[in-house]
Amino acid sequence: MSIWVDENTKVIVQGLTGGQGKFHGLRNRDYGTKVVGGVTPGKGGTDVDGIPVFNSVKEAVEATGAVATFISVPPKAAPGAILEAAEAGVGFIVCITEHIPAQDQARVFNTLRDSYPSTRLLGPNCPGIISPGKCNIGITSGSIALPGGPVGIVSRSGTLTYQAIFELSQNGVGQTTCVGIGGDPVPGTVFVDVLDAFQNDPETKAVMMIGEIGGSAEEEAAKFIAEKMDKPVVSYIAGVTAPPGRKMGHAGAIISGSKGTAKAKKEALEKAGVKVAQNPTEAGQIMVEVVRAL
Amino acid sequence: MDLFEYQGKQYFARFGIPTSPGGVAQSVDEAVEIGERVGYPVVVKAQVQVGGRGKAGGIKIANNKEELLQNADAILGMDIKGHLVKRVWLEKASDIKEEYYASFTLDRAQRKHLCMLSAKGGVEIEQVAEEDPDAIVKLEVDPVEGVDLDSLRRLVDAAGLADEAREGTVAILGELYRCFRDGDADLVEINPLILTPDGRVHALDAKVTLDEDAAFRHPEWDEFRGISDVDGREKLAAEKGLNYIGLDGSVGVIANGAGLAMSTCDVVNQVGGSPANFLDIGGGANADVMANALEVINTDPKVRAILVNIFGGIVRCDEVANGIVTALSRVEIKSPIVVRLDGTNSEVAREILAEHASEMLLSEATMLGAAKRAVALANEAESK
Repeated sequence: MSIWVDENTKVIVQGLTGGQGKFHGLRNRDYGTKVVGGVTPGKGGTDVDGIPVFNSVKEAVEATGAVATFISVPPKAAPGAILEAAEAGVGFIVCITEHIPAQDQARVFNTLRDSYPSTRLLGPNCPGIISPGKCNIGITSGSIALPGGPVGIVSRSGTLTYQAIFELSQNGVGQTTCVGIGGDPVPGTVFVDVLDAFQNDPETKAVMMIGEIGGSAEEEAAKFIAEKMDKPVVSYIAGVTAPPGRKMGHAGAIISGSKGTAKAKKEALEKAGVKVAQNPTEAGQIMVEVVRAL
Repeated sequence: MDLFEYQGKQYFARFGIPTSPGGVAQSVDEAVEIGERVGYPVVVKAQVQVGGRGKAGGIKIANNKEELLQNADAILGMDIKGHLVKRVWLEKASDIKEEYYASFTLDRAQRKHLCMLSAKGGVEIEQVAEEDPDAIVKLEVDPVEGVDLDSLRRLVDAAGLADEAREGTVAILGELYRCFRDGDADLVEINPLILTPDGRVHALDAKVTLDEDAAFRHPEWDEFRGISDVDGREKLAAEKGLNYIGLDGSVGVIANGAGLAMSTCDVVNQVGGSPANFLDIGGGANADVMANALEVINTDPKVRAILVNIFGGIVRCDEVANGIVTALSRVEIKSPIVVRLDGTNSEVAREILAEHASEMLLSEATMLGAAKRAVALANEAESK
């Protein structure tokens, strides 16, 4: 099984007529994802390589029965696009847009939490989600993923997710689902949400969690793992050498005062019984051993 | 973007937060002119983006023109923890009855806004949090609903501020929240927020961090730019649209993706080296971007070896390898470069690099192997 998306998930792409939206939307379709429509205001009635385009998410959902959306629009338009999707009843929203102001992120997330509690937002500024062999929403390269499980992957970083997928696939270890939660300060989905879903997924037997400096999501994950999980977790935390007070590429990857350091996160996870690797390659190697011993 | 104190006070003024009258000076002459205008006693404050400037001698009171001349001359040009003092802020010295602390920031765990208030101001808030956590009171604010005056009043009461400071503080907190939310700040902090003997409350310091992602709706931020402390390397990188942060080591780092770039710095450190920088060139990794990255690294005199760490997902490694070869034909690098390419089409990519291999262009199959090689080269060059 996979979490949140599978071979039956109908997906629309908000921003399908834009450069990035078209590139990744068509790649996702080529992978086998059911990409049933696109949304671009003013371009309803046209199509992108046979995929019908609608003026609004509401129209797209009514016509196609889509349950998920892939948002690839500029940062100014992204908050409105997310709320439009939620209002139209879309239950799963993936937003890859980078550079949305933190104040907008906070407003959008709290609006979803208050008014659309059953809607899940993944991102913003994330690579998306892939259930290998079934569904790929976002910018992950499908070719590096290996279907069949038993590992679930969750990460704040895109390239480190790809690295982790690659390490496992090369060793013949497949993945159930790989979730990129993104590196922004107000993510719609956090580690704990994904760990909970993996814990409840019978096909996921072990979890790889890749964190980085900033915030306290890894510490909260450590608490959850200690209290609620019986599946093995292997982790890696990026940013040991990051100086305080600087945003390391991701808006959320910042050590504030003495808070959010890699060291504190590593210690919290180790205390929860998590095997924490020193680099992504080592994390892959440890996971291969964990899977062989299952 | 971190603002200097005087910029933070200018930003506060836009939202109606009271501060002392004053001005910013780059020379002793300017300082005296401002001092004579605002009247003595006047406080001379070094403008640097680092804590502890008071202890370092960067804040002094002048009671007359002579003292002002002396103090301004001493502070301008001072080195405070590696930060050169280019400007001083001068303001009329305030009589202080009590010192408080107030701030708004994002509570990332709750994904809400957070107000912190304390009757113990004037010292580092982290120190208060450690020694006397109960002295800090907190208010969660829903970013959709915002703050209301009643909750702020309850907060002020809970913090145990003086009665006469109550209404003034409530008003300032309301304005400070607007500054935080509508002003698109990551952090707004007043430490100390003071109560004067005649019952007025106002901000004696200002710490403001603005969210660069919101710059598109704040043309007024332009006046804050070009003045910051950022080093020359970072300035050049910003002009070239690169995501670069300068560090102190000898191994120049280029990687695609923020996570991988951070991880590359970590691995350099892990094998006994030290990274000269963090540089994320993003998804494309073509010849133009690579050439720009190498140019920025070239300006760093400390760099003795360069480590390029690319994972090819959608971007194919053979394209990246060709990009590196083209970039190297355009930019003359000063230090050897070790390349690690992994992911889609990595075998073809390694063949391309092998064809162009030289003592300046080396290739390694793994991240750890490449880091070890680069660190060895850097150490070797440094010992010469």
